[in-house]
Amino acid sequence: MTALMAGIGGPLAVVVAWLLIGLAGLLRPQSTRIVARVLFPLGAAGGVALMACAFPALSADPISVTLPLGLPDLPFHLRLDALSAFFLVLLGVASAGISIFSAGYFRDGEGTAPGLLCLQYHVFLASMALVLMANDAYGFMVAWETMALSSYFLVTTQHRIAEIRSAGFLYLLLAHVGAISILLSFGVLQGGQWQFAFDAMRQAQLSPTWASAAFFLALFGFGAKAGLVPLHVWLPEAHPAAPSPVSALMSGVMLKTALYGVLRVSFDLLHAQLWWWGAVALAAGLFTALFGVVFAAVQTDMKRLLAYSSIENIGIAFAAFGLAILFHCSGMPALAALALAAMLYHSLNHALFKSLLFLATGSVLHATHERSLGKLGGLIRRMPWVAWTALIGTFAIAGLPPLNGFVSEWLLLQSFLFTPQLPQPFANMMIPLGAAALALTAALAAYVMVKFYGVVFLGQHREPQLAEARDCSVLERVGLVWLSVGCVLLGLVPAWVLLQIDRVNVLLLGSGLELQGRSVWALVPMSSERAAYSPIVFLLGAVLVVGLTVFGVRRLYHGRVRRAPAWDCGYPLQTSRMQDTAEGFGQPIRHIFEPFFSMRRELPTPFDKAPRYRVEVLDRFWAALYLPIARAVLRVAALVGRLQHGRIGIYLLYSFVTLIALLVIVL
Amino acid sequence: MNAITVLTQLLSVLIGVALAPLFLGWVNQCRAWLSNRTAPSLLQPYRTIRKLLHKDAVIAEGASPLFRAVPYLLFGAMATAAAIVPSLSTALPFGKSADAIALVGLFATARVFIALAAMDIGTAFGTLGARREMMIGFLAEPALLMVVFTASLIVGSTELPVMAETLAGRAVAIYPSLAFAAVAFVMVLLAENARIPIDNPTTHLELTMIHEAMVLEYSARHLALIEWASALKLFNYACIGFALFLPWGLAPASAGAEGLLLAFGLLLLKLVVAGAGLALMETLSAKLRIFRAPEFLAMAFLLAVLGLLVRLLLRS
Repeated sequence: MTALMAGIGGPLAVVVAWLLIGLAGLLRPQSTRIVARVLFPLGAAGGVALMACAFPALSADPISVTLPLGLPDLPFHLRLDALSAFFLVLLGVASAGISIFSAGYFRDGEGTAPGLLCLQYHVFLASMALVLMANDAYGFMVAWETMALSSYFLVTTQHRIAEIRSAGFLYLLLAHVGAISILLSFGVLQGGQWQFAFDAMRQAQLSPTWASAAFFLALFGFGAKAGLVPLHVWLPEAHPAAPSPVSALMSGVMLKTALYGVLRVSFDLLHAQLWWWGAVALAAGLFTALFGVVFAAVQTDMKRLLAYSSIENIGIAFAAFGLAILFHCSGMPALAALALAAMLYHSLNHALFKSLLFLATGSVLHATHERSLGKLGGLIRRMPWVAWTALIGTFAIAGLPPLNGFVSEWLLLQSFLFTPQLPQPFANMMIPLGAAALALTAALAAYVMVKFYGVVFLGQHREPQLAEARDCSVLERVGLVWLSVGCVLLGLVPAWVLLQIDRVNVLLLGSGLELQGRSVWALVPMSSERAAYSPIVFLLGAVLVVGLTVFGVRRLYHGRVRRAPAWDCGYPLQTSRMQDTAEGFGQPIRHIFEPFFSMRRELPTPFDKAPRYRVEVLDRFWAALYLPIARAVLRVAALVGRLQHGRIGIYLLYSFVTLIALLVIVL
Repeated sequence: MNAITVLTQLLSVLIGVALAPLFLGWVNQCRAWLSNRTAPSLLQPYRTIRKLLHKDAVIAEGASPLFRAVPYLLFGAMATAAAIVPSLSTALPFGKSADAIALVGLFATARVFIALAAMDIGTAFGTLGARREMMIGFLAEPALLMVVFTASLIVGSTELPVMAETLAGRAVAIYPSLAFAAVAFVMVLLAENARIPIDNPTTHLELTMIHEAMVLEYSARHLALIEWASALKLFNYACIGFALFLPWGLAPASAGAEGLLLAFGLLLLKLVVAGAGLALMETLSAKLRIFRAPEFLAMAFLLAVLGLLVRLLLRS
């Protein structure tokens, strides 16, 4: 038992520590100083510790323990295997950066009392860790619900604002619709034995129909948490509402617990997969990715933009997941491992760069009190730390070499590209179309990120008060730098990272990648004739060339520089309002992808005294899917409401009729 | 990797950097002839670059360090690309570090850098140019990727030297998928290098500019580097086209000095023909309205995807 506890004890200790840190916040709930100077840095240390103790577990054998906690006869089971360990490392890395940033971020007088916020925040962290370690449906659901509730309270930190309350409600609603679906999926998975430990589910033999039911219930349930279209509507509402570190945590880490769940169910708990599940997941993922990125391009609120970009990235991860199932069922283990590795790599990347960008928006928000892209601009000169770290995040998320976003995209494109003949002609046709959709998504992501970065950090200040914006505090800088260093490192040593990820492949698929040449320098997924990528050499080469250019030009010629007002083709009047706004920058996308949007436009006429242009881009799913469902629910509720009369005699009559009916059925 | 291949590698980069303005000069000369104008000298691009290098740089007030760094980064990116694209020889040790997907990523990086630099000053034309460039880019980039994919499905590799070698080594056969890809590639080349019908490199009308609008605020050595980088980009695109669709004549790894010389002669020949063809295409077509550019590029993208589908259909 002690030997067993050695492996799992570390992560468990971190969970307990987080809970204690959270409770400690309640001792002096109004003191921002204690919370910021002591508790959040301790939480960050917990993140680092989690990373350190989960990492060895990647290569260790699975460890299971039963905790003396829980309901009678229903103790909590925990298990630490490579899959859990990978996501625990992700949680540790991202939360360390976010926590240390939060230490400098939360200020007095912003909604919830700091002590309470500290409790919610650390319970959220602990529950995510428990979700990743749970080994029975009961423990999993308890942790899952704790996660949903604590994040709900974090989203509604500023609960005095009505929009934030309704955003939080929408999030809670979809979280619970998803949770019901997950619960039902577990119900199917136990296969008639009524044993809810995951170990029992692994033994259960399900017919293909029931297995499909379990898979799609899980896909729906976890998809609601991850933001798979059409269950994505809560993301663009909840992320702008939440404080930025919370958005970072939700987008960077919580969405990944949903990916974890879907992997756990489909590759671990279900013993066999069907190829068409993969086709569905691939199609849904690609549509989600394209939908997310197109909507991100037309957003005018920086956090909504990032929320839609999260939808895009989740879509890419689901596409890789679908591809992995497809290959796994077609007897192509190496390609399945490649696709799965691409998914895991992308999850890790997204945890880093999306957290980084959300934190950067937090700093911008604090410095300017402005979330709307139309009122920002030119912050690179006022906030260099935020701007330069955000530049790294921007390049990473746009999938540009040599940063980390490119690596996962490269892996995914490779797995698309080297698909040999699949047995199903339909799936075979999907592959090139999928590759095309993925390439388009990646290129659009670059568009979105140029818009985001250019409008927020470059150009002239769009509002005069931006000239007084101040850079972020030291602790915030530490958090930003931590995450951006992560982005760079993950981009530079992909071969080493893949060696670690491969252990998850072995656990889930039974076989790993066929990596050639086990060096950290070059990434060679198949054979060196087919494809290779070594970012360090690539970067060194590029740096050398750039260095030579600088040297050559400055040395051989001269370095004289004169500063002058911007030329702008000699137009004398230049104001900051002549720059493209966020609407303007998104206009080509709105034009090209018109069928995606439903738009409400207010155009000025020549006779207007004060001409006004307004455009509102709406999500078609909202009007086409959610509002009809809401109306139907209300109608059903009204029908059921007719049973209510408020007179006791009628209620007694109901009981009597029910009793008679039951007796008739029983007899 | 030995000394000879490292030398070949350096030689290909140097030849790319040195020849690129000449190629641009040739295209400009052909365009002038075709439109009955007196042609500028073949060496005009070099003279322009030299003139610009000697001038004092004027930088707009409030430009960030990013603005000043971008010309160097851009030139560096294009020179790095020249190290990956086989122009002379397929013996490119550096090419092992980045395949065709990374090459497309490198072009995308360069595009993002120049677009960000264009937005840095905050002028109306700069942001307009950045927006248009990104619009062209987000359609052209996947199209280019699909073109590369079509060829790499035939070869079974994403490394350009391997692709060129394998394609050249086969019996001359017409691949229908490659025909689609070739048409798509030419369209992408026109769009990405700011040529007619998408953009006019010689325009002086700001409202129709794309590439030029982005670099309006640059002067002197910065502008020289950007112009040079643009020429190098055109050269690189031409060499990608040769590697995929006219792969014959590249020196193999085992070739000696005379092999390289022969390859160089053939490269010049190809460039002369391609430059004349490019000038002819540009002269015969009219510039599209900016609103029509997405249609043009969407067609390129669809053609490239079609090429990929044809390849898969014919295989099965």
